[in-house]
Amino acid sequence: MLAQFLIHPPIQLGPIGPELVLTGTAIVVLLGAAFNPRIGHSTLLLVSLLGLAGAALVSIGLWDWGGELTVLAGMVATDRFAVVARLILLGIAAMGLVYGYHYFRRSGEARAEFYPLVLFATAGMTLIAAAADLILVFLALEILSLSLYVLTGISARLSSVEGSMKYFLLGAFSSAFFLYGVAMAYGATGSTRLSAIAHALAGQTGSLGLALAAVAFLGIGFGFKVAAVPFHMWTPDVYQGAPTPVTAFMAAGTKVAAFAALIRVLETSFQPLTLDWTPLVWTIAAVTVVAGSLIAIAQTDIKRMLAYSSIAHAGFVLIALTAAGQDGISAALFYLLAYALMVLGAFGVVMLVSARGEGRTSLASYAGLYRRSRLLAGLLTLFLLSLAGIPPTAGFIAKVNVFRAAVAAGHWPLVLVGVLASVVAAFFYIRVMVLMYMQEPQDDAEPDRSPWPRVAVAVPAVLTLLFGVFPGIVLGVLDKAAILRW
Amino acid sequence: MSWLSITTFLPLAGAVALLAWGGASDRGARAFALGASIATFAASLVVLSRFEGSRAGFQMVEQATWVRSPHIQYILGVDGISLFLVLLTTFLVPVAIVASWNVEGRVRLFMATMLVLETGMIGTFLALDLLLFFLFFEAILFPMYLIIGAWGGERRVYAAVKFFLYTMFGSAFLLVAILFLYARSGALPGGPTFDVRELIGLGITGAAARWLFLGFFVAFAVKVPLFPLHTWLPDAHTEAPTAGSVILAAILLKVGAYGLIRFNLALFPEASRSLAGAISVLALIGIVYGAVVAMMQTDVKRLVAYSSVSHLGFVVLGTFAFTLQAMTGGVLQMVNHGLSTGALFLLVGMVYERTHTRNLSEMGGLASGMPWLMGAFLFVSLSSLGLPGLNNFVGEFLVILGTLGRNRAFGAIAAIGVVLAAIYLLWAYQRMAHGPLPAKHAHHPDLSAREVALLAPVLALILLIGIYPKPLLDRIDPTSTRIVKAVDAGRPVDAGQHANLAAAAEGP
Repeated sequence: MLAQFLIHPPIQLGPIGPELVLTGTAIVVLLGAAFNPRIGHSTLLLVSLLGLAGAALVSIGLWDWGGELTVLAGMVATDRFAVVARLILLGIAAMGLVYGYHYFRRSGEARAEFYPLVLFATAGMTLIAAAADLILVFLALEILSLSLYVLTGISARLSSVEGSMKYFLLGAFSSAFFLYGVAMAYGATGSTRLSAIAHALAGQTGSLGLALAAVAFLGIGFGFKVAAVPFHMWTPDVYQGAPTPVTAFMAAGTKVAAFAALIRVLETSFQPLTLDWTPLVWTIAAVTVVAGSLIAIAQTDIKRMLAYSSIAHAGFVLIALTAAGQDGISAALFYLLAYALMVLGAFGVVMLVSARGEGRTSLASYAGLYRRSRLLAGLLTLFLLSLAGIPPTAGFIAKVNVFRAAVAAGHWPLVLVGVLASVVAAFFYIRVMVLMYMQEPQDDAEPDRSPWPRVAVAVPAVLTLLFGVFPGIVLGVLDKAAILRW
Repeated sequence: MSWLSITTFLPLAGAVALLAWGGASDRGARAFALGASIATFAASLVVLSRFEGSRAGFQMVEQATWVRSPHIQYILGVDGISLFLVLLTTFLVPVAIVASWNVEGRVRLFMATMLVLETGMIGTFLALDLLLFFLFFEAILFPMYLIIGAWGGERRVYAAVKFFLYTMFGSAFLLVAILFLYARSGALPGGPTFDVRELIGLGITGAAARWLFLGFFVAFAVKVPLFPLHTWLPDAHTEAPTAGSVILAAILLKVGAYGLIRFNLALFPEASRSLAGAISVLALIGIVYGAVVAMMQTDVKRLVAYSSVSHLGFVVLGTFAFTLQAMTGGVLQMVNHGLSTGALFLLVGMVYERTHTRNLSEMGGLASGMPWLMGAFLFVSLSSLGLPGLNNFVGEFLVILGTLGRNRAFGAIAAIGVVLAAIYLLWAYQRMAHGPLPAKHAHHPDLSAREVALLAPVLALILLIGIYPKPLLDRIDPTSTRIVKAVDAGRPVDAGQHANLAAAAEGP
């Protein structure tokens, strides 16, 4: 009886193993720091990183999951898409933790809560990538959002608190929209399970009008999280206000997680309505790439500039989504991976140039960076080239792949818009390079010269180059992961 | 041995080594870069020696799958057109490196950038996979931007950004067109591909072909540059340091003309024929307009820059005349322009290093103080204006002859361009070299040994090609014949020819 119970447990927890490991580690770190306030932050970092590594191992174990397509009463998907999304997110979290450890120690704002908060946020992110029920999507969205609201305001600076407040208010607003969308989907189809919604819509047993309204409201909710125009208003303020490591973690993590969920929702539950939502995604993608690229030109602060650039990049991923099916999903996944690498790297360099806290994030601080630190100037150049989509970087392959998928789906006018927007975007990326190489330093402020953070920033740089020159090493895996099973 | 890959990536390896060599002195960096570029030249000579001149198809093809999905391949191959452009590149980069011996500040970065640029340019000429080509094409952008923007003249940042944005704007359309072709290529027996040799078999016609043609055309017309997309050129050439101007004029402009021949003509023969008239008119406007504006310049570097607009007009005119003479002449003219205009920029740079002015009205009488320098200037000017016996004559003559056979009016107008070139070049020479010598320019030294060493090979080639162009023409002709036949046949390359082409490509 007991053996039977252990071999075929009534509740299969395996597919949420990564989340269990993450929350478990977070609780251990939280309690450890609470009971022993003098515990070294390096220990906390180490335990947190071990937790991430454990979660990654459990995720990899799920690659060859032979069980059911969904577990826990249809709540959690067990497909390879979830595995890959989780691995990307865990990598992002590791980078965020390493950055944060260094940053807060240097700025003198070290707080033990940072580590469990990042871990909880990561648990929310990985969970949302596997969520197969709209209720769980919402739940995971809240887990990651609430942790991020706190992380944004973890510094005592006014702009940090202000950013946190804005993020919270607008985020709560978007959550309400999302929940409303869930309710409508339930009203239309009688279920919140993605597969059940799909069956209902395919069989045309539900109400089409309500279903379309559900798509619209869910779209607004996701639009906020991925920072698509016109739901992007919070992004620049929050990215600028939050401590740089948090910005790096949030910019990369939230986007990957929210897009993973958006892809799953659109491509499974609303897959029967593809012809209806594609024009919507098409329009938002076009508006987002154009607006993001244009407004970025006017920025004088590098964090704000990168914020608008991240808005534009959300548009590029949306372009991939207009190509429904495996092709588009694979392209979107590679784009998200490349984007995560370059945004983590770029914010890492911003953190090191700023040296201590947030003092030097204006573009003017980058004048003559080449003279002060060739390494940092070189790294930032690589990330900017990748953001601009210039070879031989991952950003180039990512853009080509996204555009190829969209052209194959017949959306070449959208691709033309995207390509022209990336020309506009190139303008503000190269402006930073002009500052770094072609102008003289305006003051003699020294960038952060600590060795280890530099090594950390070099990791995404190496990967950006590697995936730019040999994209085949991940594209094969992503192709296998680009099939949603439900 | 895969000599094409070696030639392509040797400079890049040199650049990486140079960047990694932290303690390099400026002297060491220069010597190292020169060594790497000379080794590359040697490798390209091996390619020349193995090239079979009588064959029309691609030779020494190297092919490997790079990415499985999307199906991107690493394909390099050389034919009669790309051969001499590669040699021109590998020949001029060492010259440009010696010419920038006096570059101040960040020498190691400068030299490494030059080498990266060289890899990009060679790769552009050799890549036979459209996406690989696009990758090299884009990879040229940033090093060139850096060279103009970081080591250029007063308005360097403006010129560099303008160059960057123009080129990127053009390549945006190129990318969409390439991806569109890829989407169509699923119909091919081998499945979707970026392989140019396969894509020719698609035989796209009608409105789709015209749009795709224009997508490719805009990108290459910006590079050439064809009127009215040329406005980035005078700024970029004028503000770039000497080596940058040489590379820009001698090689980068050829990337555009090369792209027109390799991709526009080959992939869209029907659209090429229907749009040839309009493009020839643009080329003619460029020839005359470039010459007239060059005549009006008082800045000698700008004058040479505008003369490029005029000269490249001949190349495009020859390309779109679809006769054997014009095509061969156009290809030869690419090499000739590279040598002559490259030499002109070198000489203008030398004059500027001495007089610290590019303004013609502040010069005069320089021939009395620097007879050798001005003598070389006159020699190159004569070559550039098409004096018989020097290189440009052969190319321009063939282009005009070939064009006359197709359209007399076009040929006649093109001939005007040659006359105008004589006026602006000789007038510029007269204002620089003759007349009273201002006192401040009285004591400039004549050519140094280094300058002689870098000019001598270029001038020798100018003379050699002028007297005996046969070795070049023999190797260009088979490829020109094939391209002209394919375009002129009134149909896309048929299956038989395509098979020949593939067989030729497989070769030893």
